[in-house]
Amino acid sequence: MGVEGIGARVARKEDKRFLTGKGRYTDDMSVPGMKYAIFVRSPYAHAKIRSIDATAAKAMPGVVGVLDGKQLLADGIGNLICGWMIHSKDGSPMKMGAWRPLAHETVRYVGDAVAIVVADSIAEAKDAAEAVVVDYQELPVVTDATKALEQGQPQLHPEAPNNLIFDWQIGDPAATDKAIAAAAHVTEITIHNNRLSPNPMEPRATLGIYDGGDEHYTCYTTSQNPHVARLVMSAFYNVAPENKLRVIAPDVGGGFGSKIYIYPEEIVCLWASKRTGVPVKWTSDRTEAFLTDAHGRDHLSKVKMAFDANNRIIGLKVDTVANLGAYMSLFSSAVPTYLYATLLSGQYDIPAIHANVRTVYTNTAPVDAYRGAGRPEATYLLERTMETAARELGVSPAELRRINFIRSFPHQTPVIMNYDAGDYDASLDAAMQASDWNGFAARKAEAARRGMKRGIGMSCYIEACGIAPSAAVGSLGAGVGLWESAEVRVNAVGTIEVLTGSHSHGQGHETTFAQLVADRFGVPIDSVNIVHGDTDKVQMGMGTYGSRSGAVGMSAVVKALDKVEAKAKKIAAHLMEADESDIVIENGELKVAGTDKTVPWFQMALAAYTAHNLPPGMEPGLKEGAFYDPANFTFPAGCYICEVEVDPETGVTKIIQFVAADDFGNIINPMIVEGQVHGGLAQGIGQALLENVHYDPENGQLLTASYMDYAMPRADDLPSFKVSTSNTPCPNNPLGIKGCGEAGAIGSPPALINAITDAIGNNRLTMPATPQKVWAAAHAAN
Amino acid sequence: MYETHYHRASSIQDAVKLRQAAGEGKYLSGGMTLIPTMKQRLAAPTDLVDVRQVPEMKGIGVSGRTVRIGAATTHFEVASSAELAAVCPAISGLASHIGDPHVRHMGTIGGSIANNDPAADYPSAMLALDATIITDRREIAAGDFFTGLFETALEDGELVTAITFEAPAKAGYQKFANPASRYAMTGVFVVRRDNGDVRVAVTGAGSNGVFRHKGMEAALSANWSPDALVNVTVDASDLLSDIHADASYRANLVKVMAKRAMAAA
Repeated sequence: MGVEGIGARVARKEDKRFLTGKGRYTDDMSVPGMKYAIFVRSPYAHAKIRSIDATAAKAMPGVVGVLDGKQLLADGIGNLICGWMIHSKDGSPMKMGAWRPLAHETVRYVGDAVAIVVADSIAEAKDAAEAVVVDYQELPVVTDATKALEQGQPQLHPEAPNNLIFDWQIGDPAATDKAIAAAAHVTEITIHNNRLSPNPMEPRATLGIYDGGDEHYTCYTTSQNPHVARLVMSAFYNVAPENKLRVIAPDVGGGFGSKIYIYPEEIVCLWASKRTGVPVKWTSDRTEAFLTDAHGRDHLSKVKMAFDANNRIIGLKVDTVANLGAYMSLFSSAVPTYLYATLLSGQYDIPAIHANVRTVYTNTAPVDAYRGAGRPEATYLLERTMETAARELGVSPAELRRINFIRSFPHQTPVIMNYDAGDYDASLDAAMQASDWNGFAARKAEAARRGMKRGIGMSCYIEACGIAPSAAVGSLGAGVGLWESAEVRVNAVGTIEVLTGSHSHGQGHETTFAQLVADRFGVPIDSVNIVHGDTDKVQMGMGTYGSRSGAVGMSAVVKALDKVEAKAKKIAAHLMEADESDIVIENGELKVAGTDKTVPWFQMALAAYTAHNLPPGMEPGLKEGAFYDPANFTFPAGCYICEVEVDPETGVTKIIQFVAADDFGNIINPMIVEGQVHGGLAQGIGQALLENVHYDPENGQLLTASYMDYAMPRADDLPSFKVSTSNTPCPNNPLGIKGCGEAGAIGSPPALINAITDAIGNNRLTMPATPQKVWAAAHAAN
Repeated sequence: MYETHYHRASSIQDAVKLRQAAGEGKYLSGGMTLIPTMKQRLAAPTDLVDVRQVPEMKGIGVSGRTVRIGAATTHFEVASSAELAAVCPAISGLASHIGDPHVRHMGTIGGSIANNDPAADYPSAMLALDATIITDRREIAAGDFFTGLFETALEDGELVTAITFEAPAKAGYQKFANPASRYAMTGVFVVRRDNGDVRVAVTGAGSNGVFRHKGMEAALSANWSPDALVNVTVDASDLLSDIHADASYRANLVKVMAKRAMAAA
């Protein structure tokens, strides 16, 4: 692998920049004449707008302009859309209500944008925003999805009676019902997956610049996928044609899904820049982030799992209600359907599955993908059900899982997915050994002597990464293809630029993508630059989410490297008067195998550009591009084991140890993979123990709008993690890699909740397992 | 933040004068609550009179068993004073667990008690220690000082300059931190004096702010031992309920924290 090649534990190239404050984020961007935007936002969760009067605001000091939704509509700017069409089981298309970038008729959640104020300073813009008089007529509010489906509840969108967006199903209802009827045992459980706020360290920001000279727009934005942003803003929002719109996502400080989507602010700032004639910058404050960043999860599911007399699962029935908030965000429809219900087979051979999913509008912030996106919901549901079943059946949780593991591949599940490879026993064995599972009873007894309740829980997760085969997702309703592009440019002196449509916002692409090149050509990674995040530099790309950058983005780089290698070998063969099939590339040199003839890499590159002595007919230069469309999803899987102690007096849960045994396929940089797992575990533990978005059900006010009330995990909430990998290469991409970005957040919540419920002997516990809830559950009868 | 005028006072007299001259003025003594509130535009003082550098309001003095802490003394200074720890380690420990290092180097004891956040730590110590709050114009017993949520006996423009108390024979403090804010969701300060007097003050839990729990005081007066609390009832009806903890859970925490404060005393 070499010291910097594939598999090497290389320190991140980008960290010097980030750790010394030299990162360049959207809010760091300044251009001459730039002004500042503040959005006037609805203080009500549901109201009619009678009028908007900006007369006083426009007269305030420093104010450049105040614009509202009527003007936006008059200029032909379109509504925000959801880009994945889902049909209900009756064949009708999903019922998408209008999401206006600036509401001028109705506001539907606290934080809904109503007007933009542009001023010389943020303070002046805030002063003027307070002077914008919006006459609201308050309407009744509903925040709970199940309640919103009932008759007589407030209606959010006329297009969606009873707030139902779609009523979708997957699997075989008849076969599943039959299995349940014939079962020796049926485990029934209700599973709530709590709503989360994504909380990237860098809040959203955008800088819209309109150049009247050539009618061109530039949009700096905190995006995980700048090309998708350009595509959507051009094709659907009518901001500008693609050739007149450049989108730049510079350094981005975390996304976790929340920066995939197009929000009102990017569109409105671009439009406002044209309207006011000045560049317009907006940066979210933390409370705005809590109010308006797309939230994650918020599912309520009823589950029936049927077993035969040998404890084999014979059927699984799931009925889920998913809260999508006030509007359908860009990929919101895919999350509780194809990213969720297709994973309900887990690691288990289940002959019959049926899942029904209803998605619902409520007076809350839009909900979309958040780290894991549907897969954490599936895993939590399945793994809590398995643990509950094991307790009911009197079987050890490990044994029940082993009885039902899939062991032959490829495996076609009843819910679309076709698993290509895996070894679930290996992860389970590794986790049980690392956690000293068999020694638990003694540890529990020792804890009991100290008055503490000790528990252990496991979770065997599977997820689907590397989204996704374009034709397959197209047939399921996706509005885009999910391939990736790459271009490899070898400069005249042999240094290399890799342009990728993937976008790094914490994943370490500048290092791992360079490792691919170092591995292939034996050049130092410092001679390789990774270029991303700018639609003027990279032609097209689909961005980074769903743990796809390795499996899809790197595969595109590999394809481009193949082409570069082939041409480089031809040039070298010509220079050394050898056959190109005899050329090997090692340590930065092109050699004729079996001889001492070599051409250094830089000399070959120079020859490509001087073009004095190239093979007849060969074009000068050395630059190759490739698009890679994956053949299948990839299927990372693993086993997590968590051991806790609960203080029965206070209900405080202390995590004693957390073991993660993952199968990510081949690994490019183990250190970065461990970092991704650590971060994912922290977020999963945050969901399980601490985090919860809480709306007041009466008036729809967000009660967790700051860190005073939204409990983010801190270092002292987390143990030192024991992580390991057992790598079954993925057969469907050239590198054999699966993806590791979300696993930690997917697998950890059920392991932790299973451990707590084991400790307290009460299975009725919802996330987040706050001290109050655990204390109450520990003192209640099961 | 709205526009405001910042003044740095050089003396107590100067501070009071500056405050009187201001329109809607506020004393600033660390600003750990006031500044974030202003940044959210929920407070709009025309003038801020910073008392943190007033020499007479700084420092800790211990004379025999009498402790005097200047109002502008930071939590860090309280937490790290060897003199204070020698006579009343419970208050040192309390200060060492307020907020985070940044807060402890900026926030002051005077700022904390004048603000009287129902989830602040210091009010429980003041009440249990029967401290005297010294202002620019008078002395107020802690029992009379804390009058409700964010309410005190301070008059308009009155400045807390110091607090003083007699070090007790025994004292202990334990808090249960709110998982989000890490403020006290319940904190209990227990004190026993040489003459046998016992005080138990509870912060973070009362619906009217810090309070003394007479039932626990009676039980501990009779028997200074954590076990004495077993049969004490904590009435949940006067306790706070919010999204983090309801009153019944807080009632449980009052008892558990009291027991643990006793163990630490």
